[in-house]
Amino acid sequence: MHDTPDIADRRDAVCVIGAGASGLAAIKNLREHGFAVDCYERETSVGGAWNWRHDRSPVYSATHLISSRPLTEFPDFPMPDSWPDYPHHTQLLSYLERYAKHFGLTEAIWFGTEVVSCVPVGDGRWDVTTQSTGGGSSRVQRYAAVVVANGHNWAPAQPEIPGDFVGEVIHSAQYKDAAQLRNRKVLVIGGGNTGCDLAVEAAQQAGMVWHSTRRGYWYAPKYLFGRPADQVNARLLRWRLPLRLRQWLYRRSLAMTTGDLTRYGLPAPDHRPYESHPIVNSQLPYYLGHGRIKPVPDVTRYADGKVELADGRRIDPDLVITATGYRPLFEFLAPELLDSDPDGRPDLHLHAFARKHPTLAMVGLLQPDAGLLPLAHWQSVAVARWLRLRRDDPVRAAAVQQKESARPVRGWSRRQVVPTRRHWFEVDHIDYLKAVDGLLREMEPAK
Amino acid sequence: MSERLLRFDDWTSPVPPVEREVVSRLVEGEGDQPPLLFVCGPRHGAWAFAERWLGHAAQRGFPAYALTPREKGDLRAHVHDVVQVAASLPRQAVLIGHGEGATVVAQALGRYPARAAVLVAPAPSRWAAFKTNPLGTLPALFAGRWRLNRRQLFSSALPADEADAFLQRMTFHRPANRISPVRAVGDPPVLVVGSPDDPVVPRPALDRTATAYGGAPLLFPGMGHDLMLDAGWAEPIDAILDWLTKELSAPR
Repeated sequence: MHDTPDIADRRDAVCVIGAGASGLAAIKNLREHGFAVDCYERETSVGGAWNWRHDRSPVYSATHLISSRPLTEFPDFPMPDSWPDYPHHTQLLSYLERYAKHFGLTEAIWFGTEVVSCVPVGDGRWDVTTQSTGGGSSRVQRYAAVVVANGHNWAPAQPEIPGDFVGEVIHSAQYKDAAQLRNRKVLVIGGGNTGCDLAVEAAQQAGMVWHSTRRGYWYAPKYLFGRPADQVNARLLRWRLPLRLRQWLYRRSLAMTTGDLTRYGLPAPDHRPYESHPIVNSQLPYYLGHGRIKPVPDVTRYADGKVELADGRRIDPDLVITATGYRPLFEFLAPELLDSDPDGRPDLHLHAFARKHPTLAMVGLLQPDAGLLPLAHWQSVAVARWLRLRRDDPVRAAAVQQKESARPVRGWSRRQVVPTRRHWFEVDHIDYLKAVDGLLREMEPAK
Repeated sequence: MSERLLRFDDWTSPVPPVEREVVSRLVEGEGDQPPLLFVCGPRHGAWAFAERWLGHAAQRGFPAYALTPREKGDLRAHVHDVVQVAASLPRQAVLIGHGEGATVVAQALGRYPARAAVLVAPAPSRWAAFKTNPLGTLPALFAGRWRLNRRQLFSSALPADEADAFLQRMTFHRPANRISPVRAVGDPPVLVVGSPDDPVVPRPALDRTATAYGGAPLLFPGMGHDLMLDAGWAEPIDAILDWLTKELSAPR
């Protein structure tokens, strides 16, 4: 392709898409490795999903972390140790804002600017077209690499429920405040962490609550033996107990604390512990026991303005909240660049590196069993090291690429999970960090 | 397994929070210079920097903070406190450690991407301290408390009554571990500063530490171990600030 005069060449600079937690980590670590960075953010402030001011933020007024502070903070910028074990979402936002200010990241961010397309132009370089959010003229700039950190919790996945319903149906993303629930008859669909949190919210506010789940899950408490449960779990992992033994311990400790949930009418889990994304909720069993939450099976259709369940029963809520998750969406990238399957799920090395495009990487597209921020940090360190190696030592970079690029996900992840849509990028954070560590070692500067 | 990525200590038993004493001398308005965080060994307190260096640094445009290490903390707790305070500052900080505080800073550099770091009279040697003050240091050789005397900490140029007043304010603990340079995150520039006449940090040790960071020590002959309190305290801090100004203006 010819250089056209209206394409501004940013030479060695890297384009980062998104200024949420993952994007901020990418900017910081790329700059720390000597790269100039232009970050594009369609909102007018940092924080991405954690910024409740953003239209597409999924947080609601009572959102708290479900992984504890030490397993959630950036490894090189700890949260204040005076904060609670499970901070509130506004604390996480202030943490991200302080991170951005501390490392002077905002000077690299173009707010209110959307990325329209990223097109490879050969030699690993990219033409990135940007536009002001909500229209305006577009601009094309050429970058040495593109790092995508656009998040995966903003495009609601809506379930297909046939039929007509007279009440209100909202996605969990539209739930913001307890006032929306007060004195209503609420059906919450979805057994993920959001679904369970919302069922509990509803139990505290609404007149009547049904909670529809498709399968039985392991509902872990937030505290075990007086410690945050993930810190107890980390101890088992540190002792390198085999999976089977951990599964047995998990069942035992749950049996002794939460007890048998099938007696409230919940289905028994159809999988072993650690085989699905962990559900952490201490209050759900409590409200089940108080009869404030009625567990119901899957919803099959709306009929006569009511909701029909898989067992044929009909219930008549006036508010249905679908806590059915989000779809990752990369409208600015052609699917083949990410080796995406027909459902739009990219196939990336370590869920981060495009297999055929060495200068295209993704940060934060993970569903870990711990906080995402530490993983996004190490991902972006690996991306920065990789880009630096490729620039400074192309011969070694080629060797590393040859070895790494063909490795399938199974090569590093031993995780067995139930085969559902939400679990394809589920990772065990220990396995994942070990895999990233291996890559970092391969890219060590030659002595 | 890498401790860098897998931080089981922090994940399973986080360091308990404490109230930390941080003394500061700030600069009016938002200047260009990064904040400085001074860290002393457990013998001193933030006061040792507040006495001279903090005000001097602030006068030259650097917002300056000093941290008193927590009582009865081990190396891990002290590193935790340094990183906590550094991360609480408005901008990426420069870490400056003195004596055993330099050992703490060297470790903290593996946990926090400092803008730059300075190790002043780093990691006092127990053996050197013993040779120059056998009675005070003997217990330290058996992991007990140690006591440094006036001759070790200050040069003869510092008036005796001033020196004694400083000694009065010091508390004595058992010495921390030896300095072990960990891989610093973010590749900050590191400067080693000391005195060839420091009775507790011998010259070869100073050279070794500087070599580990790829440089040579900046030397201030005639001064005792406590460069921030001794007579002529302005010289080392001015040299440190000059070095910083030069490093910070260089392209990264």
